[in-house]
Amino acid sequence: MKGFESVIGLEIHAQLLTRSKLFCGCGTGFGAEPNTQVCPVCLGLPGALPVLNRRAVELAVLVGEALHAHTNTSSVFARKNYFYPDLPKNYQISQFDRPLCSGGHLYVSDGGKRRRVRVTRVHLEEDAGKSVHLDDAGGRRTLVDFNRCGVPLIEIVTEPELRSPSEAHALLKALKQILEYTGASSGNMEEGGLRCDVNVSLRRVGERALGSKTEIKNLNSFRNVERALEYEIERQAGLLAGGTAVLNETLMWDAGRDRAVSMRSKEEAHDYRYFPEPDLLRLELKGDWIDDVKSRLPELPEARESRFVESLGLPPYDAAVLCGRRALADYFEEVARLTGEPKSASNWIMTEVLRTAKEGATDEFPVTAANLADLLTLVRSGRISGKMAKDVFARMAGTGETADDAVSRMGLRQVTDVREMRTIVDAVLSENPKSVADYARGKKKLFGFLMGRIMEKTAGQASPTLAESVLRERLEGVREGDANT
Amino acid sequence: MGICELSLREMGSAVARRKVSPAELVEAHLSRIRVCDPTLRAYVTVNEAECERLARDRGRQSGGPPGVAAPLNCIPIAVKDNICTKGLRTTCGSRILRNYVPPYDATAVSRLRDRGCLLIGKTNLDEFGMGSSTENSFFGPTRNPWDLERVPGGSSGGSAAAVAAGMAAAALGTDTGGSVRQPAALCGLVGYKPTYGVVSRRGLVAFASSLDQIGVIARTVEDTAAVLEAVSGWDAWDSTSARRGQVRARQTGEVGKSGVLRVGVPWGFFSEGLDPDVSDVTRAVVSKLEKERWAFEEIDLPHAEYSIAAYYLVADAEASSNLARYDGVRYGEREGGTDDLWEMYVRTRTAGLGTEVKRRVMLGTYALSAGYYEAYYLRAQKARTLIKRDYEEVLRRVDLVLMPTSPTAAFRLGEKLHDPLAMYLSDVFTVGVNLAGLPAVSLPSGYSRSGLPIGLQLIGRAFEDQTLLEAARLFEQVVALEARTPAGLKGLLESGRGGA
Ligand SMILES: [Zn+2]
Repeated sequence: MKGFESVIGLEIHAQLLTRSKLFCGCGTGFGAEPNTQVCPVCLGLPGALPVLNRRAVELAVLVGEALHAHTNTSSVFARKNYFYPDLPKNYQISQFDRPLCSGGHLYVSDGGKRRRVRVTRVHLEEDAGKSVHLDDAGGRRTLVDFNRCGVPLIEIVTEPELRSPSEAHALLKALKQILEYTGASSGNMEEGGLRCDVNVSLRRVGERALGSKTEIKNLNSFRNVERALEYEIERQAGLLAGGTAVLNETLMWDAGRDRAVSMRSKEEAHDYRYFPEPDLLRLELKGDWIDDVKSRLPELPEARESRFVESLGLPPYDAAVLCGRRALADYFEEVARLTGEPKSASNWIMTEVLRTAKEGATDEFPVTAANLADLLTLVRSGRISGKMAKDVFARMAGTGETADDAVSRMGLRQVTDVREMRTIVDAVLSENPKSVADYARGKKKLFGFLMGRIMEKTAGQASPTLAESVLRERLEGVREGDANT
Repeated sequence: MGICELSLREMGSAVARRKVSPAELVEAHLSRIRVCDPTLRAYVTVNEAECERLARDRGRQSGGPPGVAAPLNCIPIAVKDNICTKGLRTTCGSRILRNYVPPYDATAVSRLRDRGCLLIGKTNLDEFGMGSSTENSFFGPTRNPWDLERVPGGSSGGSAAAVAAGMAAAALGTDTGGSVRQPAALCGLVGYKPTYGVVSRRGLVAFASSLDQIGVIARTVEDTAAVLEAVSGWDAWDSTSARRGQVRARQTGEVGKSGVLRVGVPWGFFSEGLDPDVSDVTRAVVSKLEKERWAFEEIDLPHAEYSIAAYYLVADAEASSNLARYDGVRYGEREGGTDDLWEMYVRTRTAGLGTEVKRRVMLGTYALSAGYYEAYYLRAQKARTLIKRDYEEVLRRVDLVLMPTSPTAAFRLGEKLHDPLAMYLSDVFTVGVNLAGLPAVSLPSGYSRSGLPIGLQLIGRAFEDQTLLEAARLFEQVVALEARTPAGLKGLLESGRGGA
């Protein structure tokens, strides 16, 4: 590796969150019975023709704009021709020399450094079906499920500008965040919502020309992307160090064996015979239509994060965690808006909410934003203590009750009445004459002990601030006023 | 003349006025088919049972299904076998689809059904529309009713033969490079190819998507217009169908009335080496029309000489991709006996596709391949643009272009079968229209010395199909061609002692 630097580019396919497929009305739901979401169009039956899904174009443009790319007012669909059983027409409708969006960039933070990585293009294409290989009592055979076939994808291609596997990982994370923010894609790699191919080459430090590269396919997790790149960089470095040239080839990542195996060499590479898809018109977008889509672009993670730090005064770490997912950031902002206290909203979400949410579904919060805001307001008004609030929260998370309901069901109430508090404090003092005497002699630490007794006597329902001021008043003869009543 | 020789219009009104029952009409056609089709082989599949059942049902209702009126109610219409019909096999004349039954109707077909038409059968064709003689069919060649030793033209030869022999009142064909007009010309019929986008291609099994258009073959211009009205118009299922594509059958009488019809004739393009019979008919018709205020002028189509080359490159390139789906995986014939996927593909396509189809798939694949794309496909597309521009320029000065549909009358079976280039050249006058996306109609115009029909085509401006149809109607009236019974048909009817 010494004396070499790695040059990495990514090709990412993300499933767009449309209800229907790219060129027909079939549904796109995940996990349906095989071959139940199909029709003559997506099965490529003779005579069937594609009709473009408008929503898919909107979502793709939204992603393009989020990546600061240029949306082309005229783009062209093209056929990519190759034979494969899960590709029913034996060509895929994609885009080639006239993509939907071109140019663009995104920022990647890795190891404390933030870099701008250019995006070459964003284009629309249809997904293929899924082959299932069986070898059981029914014999050795391959079945194909066409439910995925025709599902809309966007392909995002970066320039070969990434320098390390961890930077590639960071880019995927940033991209996933953007996809999720725009609502264009779930970015979920496990359900096939996001797929990534990488290409990598090594060159001597200081050289401009790119070395010969390999492409690695079949990477189905961020971790695999990073691992495959580490593996391949090491392999190429070994070859180059030994004076052997790197072959231009396509590799397949075998996660189980933690290594890449050769799929085909450059000589065996497919000639896809791209040509303009004659069944679809050139895609012409009007400037104001694009502007309209653009105007629906939400605030993006990067901007939101810095706003949380600068305007709401959150620590950068908290801002980064909260902005990690759009739903979480939205949740936080709602609680902050309702309570007017961004910091305590953030504290609560960073601790109680995330701790509880981890066990459940990803985008559902254990307590609604409105209910959480009410709970925080109860704490601030002193009706319950912070400590009580945690128990209340736990109950709310379990039952879905509002803060008020939970508090009253739990029989909780905070002693906030000065006169009542004085009675309690006086009782505690008369039960502990020795401590009172020692305190008077200067053992100021006993203040905490007496506070504990008060809490014990009220079963935790005493308002700590009130208890403290009444205790001080009684011990020191200082009256801090009756403002707390 | 029996019921089967009536025009569609006449049949429609006979049914409406109950002069003939739907069942009688259907039976007359089926019996004609039984007598003639064993020889002519116009049909791949005859939809006998369904037609008989529908005709019986309609006979019990007064005036057909609700909302359905003459002229199309109960009319037996033939459909080329590369147009999908739900529940009725659609073979494309190919072994690979010989048992393929589509789960849906082509838009044009469902529109005909909605008008009450009876789909009398599916007609033979050159495999996937690739040919000009209907000899390239897995089901064998179709014969020309005018001369049983000759071809009916192609690729919609089955549709033309069926209409010419009284086995259907009209037919749908498809025209990728002349496949409706040329067989209509060779069988003495009207053959209409609409502007690209006027008739939905949904359900038309693609040969060359940017050129394919469903067209109509009928005995008269009026019949043609009636069918065209039914099948034309925008379709949400075809992105290339046009919003302004609806054609009306009713004539406004505007064309020709308001003034002189200006017609351009590219004499320089077609005269050289033209068959003398075709040349004579062309001159005779021009002089007849001149007397009726049709103003002829010679025009130049400077890039027309490239149209055959451009056409075969574009069409075959698209075909190589369109036909890739016939691989034995999901439907159609599969040649098994191997565990290897690629071996299965190769066996299936080797056995399932015919010689001409394979030739074109290979040509098209080559034209799209890396290193050749620019020299072939892209260059052909540039030539296409120039050819289109030629027509646009000419049609700014004239209302119509007139030229022969085919360089010769019907040729003998087998005459060009083993000389693909000679076969390709028989499309020389028709392919330009497809490259330019224009509407064109071939009209019966005269007879050769040996009594074979000869057709001339009129070409109009894009989306001015209505005007073209009206001009065609005038042409028909002025030329006033004597009706003759096809000689071959006469012989079949006499020897069969049957038919209506
Ligand atoms: Zn579908």
